[in-house]
Amino acid sequence: MALDREAIAHIAKLARIRVPEAELDALAGELSTIISWVEQLDEVDTDAVEPMTSVVAQRLKQRPDKVTDGGYPEKILANAPDSVAAYFAVPKVME
Amino acid sequence: MSQLTDLTIAAARDGLAQGEFSARDLTESHLAAMEAARSLNAFVTETPERALEMAQASDARRTKGEARPLDGIPLAIKDLYCTEGVLTTAGSHILEGFRPPYESTVTSQLWRDGAVMLGKTNMDEFAMGSANVTSHFGPVESPWRRKGDNRTLVPGGSSGGSAAAVAARIALGATGTDTGGSIRQPASFTGIVGLKPTYGRCSRWGIVAFASSLDQAGPMTRTVRDSALMLCSMAGHDPKDSTSVDRPVPDYEAALTGDIRGLRIGIPAEYRMDGMPEEIEALWRQGEEWLTAAGAECVPISLAHTKYALAAYYIVAPAEASSNLARYDGVRYGLRLPGDSIDAMYEATRGEGFGAEVRRRVMIGTYVLSAGYYDAYYLKAQKVRSLILRDFTDAFEDVDVILAPTAPSAAFAIGEKEDDPIAMYLNDVFTVPASMAGLPGISVPAGLSGEGLPLGLQLVGRPFDEETVLRAAGVLEEAAGFDARPPALPGA
Repeated sequence: MALDREAIAHIAKLARIRVPEAELDALAGELSTIISWVEQLDEVDTDAVEPMTSVVAQRLKQRPDKVTDGGYPEKILANAPDSVAAYFAVPKVME
Repeated sequence: MSQLTDLTIAAARDGLAQGEFSARDLTESHLAAMEAARSLNAFVTETPERALEMAQASDARRTKGEARPLDGIPLAIKDLYCTEGVLTTAGSHILEGFRPPYESTVTSQLWRDGAVMLGKTNMDEFAMGSANVTSHFGPVESPWRRKGDNRTLVPGGSSGGSAAAVAARIALGATGTDTGGSIRQPASFTGIVGLKPTYGRCSRWGIVAFASSLDQAGPMTRTVRDSALMLCSMAGHDPKDSTSVDRPVPDYEAALTGDIRGLRIGIPAEYRMDGMPEEIEALWRQGEEWLTAAGAECVPISLAHTKYALAAYYIVAPAEASSNLARYDGVRYGLRLPGDSIDAMYEATRGEGFGAEVRRRVMIGTYVLSAGYYDAYYLKAQKVRSLILRDFTDAFEDVDVILAPTAPSAAFAIGEKEDDPIAMYLNDVFTVPASMAGLPGISVPAGLSGEGLPLGLQLVGRPFDEETVLRAAGVLEEAAGFDARPPALPGA
């Protein structure tokens, strides 16, 4: 399927990636080429095939639902671009 | 001094045990090699002080008679592994400045067993690439050159810095990660051994996630035995990664018996692709002859869905990446660009922080998972993936291991293939199928191209049968007798 610049702008919005206007057409070309190429999978008959859900056959292990880690907010916040007291700080979300 | 950097891990282990040199001697030699080879750009971060501290601690343990399996062995760590307090970037601008407050399980097991960290190796951004040209910190140069041609070559990718460091004798071994070929393809390009274990054999905890159903940690070394030694320390169950399997870690070194009599080797017809260079076909036939001469039986097999593996991969991997990379939003770590609203901040940060290839893949992934397209792309790809796995499962009813080329070409020059994403993706055409099926695969240096560049052969085995893969790889290695050295070894 060919993606046009409006479609690319929409995908960029969904992915929360700012794409400069000037790059939309080039990106539309690149992504359309890749999408058309992966569409070769349409040749494969998968009507009676289950999708893969687990790479290696194994049962997921269970564990007690207990807190085993934590209690060091200063360590967690050490890499934050902005923090206030023991919280991550972000631009205002509500008016 | 230079001799210590030429040792294998096994020989260094023995030399240390016999007191021929100290861990400090060994580490200092490698730190000097690292400094001399800075032009390769193999490292994002060098950690010489930490290396010397670790080496000293290793010598102290040995004096007390408490030496561990990898004690004093200097290793390079791909910058995708979180290392406590040490910059971890995944090759991305968006993680610049990130110092993890924790250590990945795999690296913590290497340090538990006495290994020494030399530094963090350069890589394609978020492991997305096959030439190590997508790193925010610039491309890695291979120490190899074509005969009579001085152009700089790529080391392959995404574990390109690790591959270059091992090939250039800067480290005795290195960690890599392999999602679609990122250990095996650079190993093939640089003339070293690279092992991707079975999905679930090594913990993924603390390794920056790219595509969670495919990512697997593995060793990159100069010999098969060294990969076996590293895997013994890297493998094992980890309660922090629910997909890591709880089964014993065998003594992989003991699997190298050199005896493959009666082993059945599958030769997949579908890997003979149009346009494949004749010298790679010839090397593949040579590999068959070597294994046959050692008593194995090579039989033709069919892996019918091989030609669809790459297209399925380029739906599944970007889909998982788009989800995994959602965490880079400028809130908790790494880069943040200002914005009037929180969405504007996210968009500015991610627009600036991701390079072109990562942006492309996150957007492909976002599209194939978006409302109305999920069934047509993602579900379809996961069904094709089931068929790829079924092909392998059927083949392994009849054979014990599969032999194929690792990559469809030798290394190329920096700048080549960069204008066409699909041409770049085709590098992984022989490695992606085993990744999609979660199977163990190894690349062994088997010969040189007409231009004088290394070419690897790949062996793929049953799930969790790394022992047979290593055993066959050891025989292949011995028969090939690959002893070529990179001509452009800096400081040589």
